[in-house]
Amino acid sequence: MPSYTFDLNGETVTVDVAADATLLWVLRDDLGVTGPKYGCGVGVCKACTSHLDGAAFQPCTVKVAECAGRSVTTIEGLADGDTLHPVQQAWIDEDVAQCGFCQPGQIMAAVDLLRRNPNPTDADIDALENVCRCGTYVRIRRAIKRAAGA
Amino acid sequence: MEITRRRLLVYATATPTLGVAVRLAADIGIGPDGPDALGPLGGPDPADAQIASIVDFTDALTLAALPTQHLLVVEITTEGRVVARLPRAEVGQGITTAVAQIVAEELDARLTDVDVVLEDARPELLFNQLTGGSNTIHALYGPLRNAAAGARARLVTAAARRWNLPASRLRTQDTAVVAPDGRTLGYGALTEEAARITIPAVSASPKNPANFGLIGQPTTRIDARDIVTGRARYTQDLAVPGALPCVVARPPTIGGTVRTLDDRAARAMPGVVAVTQIPTGVAVVAETFDHALAARDALVVSWNAGPAATLSDADIRTRLRNAVPPFVVPPLGSLTVDRSFDFAFVPHAPMEVLNCVADVRSDRAELWLSAKSPIVTAQTVAVKVGLPVDKVTVHVVRGGGSFGRRLFFDPAIEAALVSKAVGRPVRLMWTRADDTHHGRLRPASHHRARATHLLGTVVGYEHRMGSVTLDGSHGLGEILTAVGLEALGAAGQAMFRLSQLDLYHFGTQTRLLKEVDLPFPTGSWRSVFSGQVRTVDEVMVDEIARALRRDPVELRRAKLRSSRTKAVLDKVATAGNWGKALPSGVAQGVGIHEEYKSVVAYLVELDARDRSRPRVTRAVAAVDVGRAVNPRGLEAQLQGALTDALSYILQAGVHIDGGAVRESSFSDFRYARMRDTPVEVEVHVMPPTGEPGGAGELGVPAAAAAVANAWARATGSVPTRFPIVDG
Repeated sequence: MPSYTFDLNGETVTVDVAADATLLWVLRDDLGVTGPKYGCGVGVCKACTSHLDGAAFQPCTVKVAECAGRSVTTIEGLADGDTLHPVQQAWIDEDVAQCGFCQPGQIMAAVDLLRRNPNPTDADIDALENVCRCGTYVRIRRAIKRAAGA
Repeated sequence: MEITRRRLLVYATATPTLGVAVRLAADIGIGPDGPDALGPLGGPDPADAQIASIVDFTDALTLAALPTQHLLVVEITTEGRVVARLPRAEVGQGITTAVAQIVAEELDARLTDVDVVLEDARPELLFNQLTGGSNTIHALYGPLRNAAAGARARLVTAAARRWNLPASRLRTQDTAVVAPDGRTLGYGALTEEAARITIPAVSASPKNPANFGLIGQPTTRIDARDIVTGRARYTQDLAVPGALPCVVARPPTIGGTVRTLDDRAARAMPGVVAVTQIPTGVAVVAETFDHALAARDALVVSWNAGPAATLSDADIRTRLRNAVPPFVVPPLGSLTVDRSFDFAFVPHAPMEVLNCVADVRSDRAELWLSAKSPIVTAQTVAVKVGLPVDKVTVHVVRGGGSFGRRLFFDPAIEAALVSKAVGRPVRLMWTRADDTHHGRLRPASHHRARATHLLGTVVGYEHRMGSVTLDGSHGLGEILTAVGLEALGAAGQAMFRLSQLDLYHFGTQTRLLKEVDLPFPTGSWRSVFSGQVRTVDEVMVDEIARALRRDPVELRRAKLRSSRTKAVLDKVATAGNWGKALPSGVAQGVGIHEEYKSVVAYLVELDARDRSRPRVTRAVAAVDVGRAVNPRGLEAQLQGALTDALSYILQAGVHIDGGAVRESSFSDFRYARMRDTPVEVEVHVMPPTGEPGGAGELGVPAAAAAVANAWARATGSVPTRFPIVDG
């Protein structure tokens, strides 16, 4: 079994798994990092959205071998200790979540959007494709704008 | 109240008024046959059609829960935590936050000191552990207030004894009893003494609502921080020792079965622990989901076609059209407005796919899943694995959405059978494609509606619905029997008759449902029949207005029966600036709904200039739920309901090709994304007038109607099929 080392939420981790192991299951089942959720397995719903070297990606479509030597950040690695990331705080301030299942992915996608574009327009926000089946989009939009203004 | 040595447990009290519905059912002479129940003139009996105005589905659920409300419990721990054990499922609707507010209000506890725990299946709760019908807060508001107020009275009495002061001079604040001199005793320090008090020295009655501080306050979800940090745990996130990943190979058609299986290649693959056949397919248990999914792909299975294999959309539509019962009133030329409508099947598609962790041993079983009917889950699993029901434990886990889907517990049966067969705990997961192909569906339906007008006034309105039969076998029939309403017929028929109201003075009105047994897995979908029925009724109101050359809002205002519905209509018409100038191809639409003891109106603006990509650009809602426990949560429900509504009206449904669902995932089941939704949704919560009604499903029908009406006004073409943009 090959061994892969990468940075996960600021810590170096090494896993002994098959080269074609999907990162999502390695994170969730081997490393116990369950913030990234399975919603479709094909990169469409984007519930598992996390960051690879600081950019949004979907761990359900990435093999662990592709992550060797790189940096993976999940929702668990976003806050600085007990201090929430401004986007997480905006999510609470706008009371965005309903069932909450897609929200780690929504937050990670929003953080990525704001990194690329600190003052997104409504059209920029429209480009986010993460599905929220509870339909919280109007609050997600407000939270992104709140975080942008913070 | 239960006296324990360790902590105070106070049970709720309730008035046993179970007989009410039974008598009602007998008095109004309801019969079992729905569409075939004919009145003295050979037409449907108008009294029967009005049953929902006398006793509705909300009453049925609430009455069924009443006999066991005294088993609800509020507990104060020695650590000063207030624990409410909630026999319901939190699937995003916000009931845990509302329950925490109710309990904290009556206890004068800090909201942060309240824990709301989802109760395991408790069979002794009988019909009081079903999450549905938007009923949780309506049914539990009184009992929870009673329990919490009883606990407070005992805590105050205990403090009075400790301090040797008259209890009447003490007050409560921030999870503590406060003496006149400012001394405080936290509830945790008092709980053991309070547990020994049987007759409190101060009133154990709930507060006068005029003194509410928390109930009615817009409140952020109590689990918001857990959600945004990824700490919230759903079923697949639980660390159940030794539980192995499991997926199931499923047939290409709905309800298909295994004909032949060659699992040699799959079994030889790395990480595979077991392959076992179950009634719904072939289960693969493996060390990881990667292994399980790869081995599933390596199975060589030939399948027998499912029972719906000869059916496609066109056949289904024809069957439904042919089943629709006839109108009583003949067409009268220009005095008649006749329309027909088709609704597609719609999957629930919760973000968290169906799944369950099961550990079945020879003498007991333990399951973890988000279950809205956990008692029936436990009973069914017990039968399937051959154990007494008291040896089956069902833990209710927070759910990643439901919309009605988690009333059914298919993954629990599968996981239990697999765990029993392989002798290991398993965590079984449906893939998204499994969920789309084999999940339950809102029944497809066909509707005909006819309004007859004379001298500028509507003298009759008839609505006929033909629907694929709604499956209510998650305990619904038992509940209806418990409250004496079994004579209303099968689950779907009974729910239809208990939910459809005449909102308008439109003369003689009849609404009839004919269910058609087609072999598709169906289930209640947020707002059940109302999602279609009210859409049709409200589109017809706009059509009537057109025929009578009247403004749709003005006609509604003139014809609405209740002051509550008029008030919410007026609110959205004013706030939404009804009638404002808009570009060609952009239009407003309104819709109204009344159910669950609540009323709501929506006004939307729809931009249909590109008919292939219509977008709701703005929405205003006004809602009167009697009393909003959490206006912020209520607003969220109405925002989400709008997203559901615009999805299934404009773009989201599934197709049936030869007994199989064509779509596979969110790539082709086009539930709304950000780009499909309005930038602003304004929700007005009307002032409290009484006790809380239901809210979780309330918004869907009115929002759907508003979107459909806006489409008709924007395009000049009344929609006849939903979703409107198909394919």
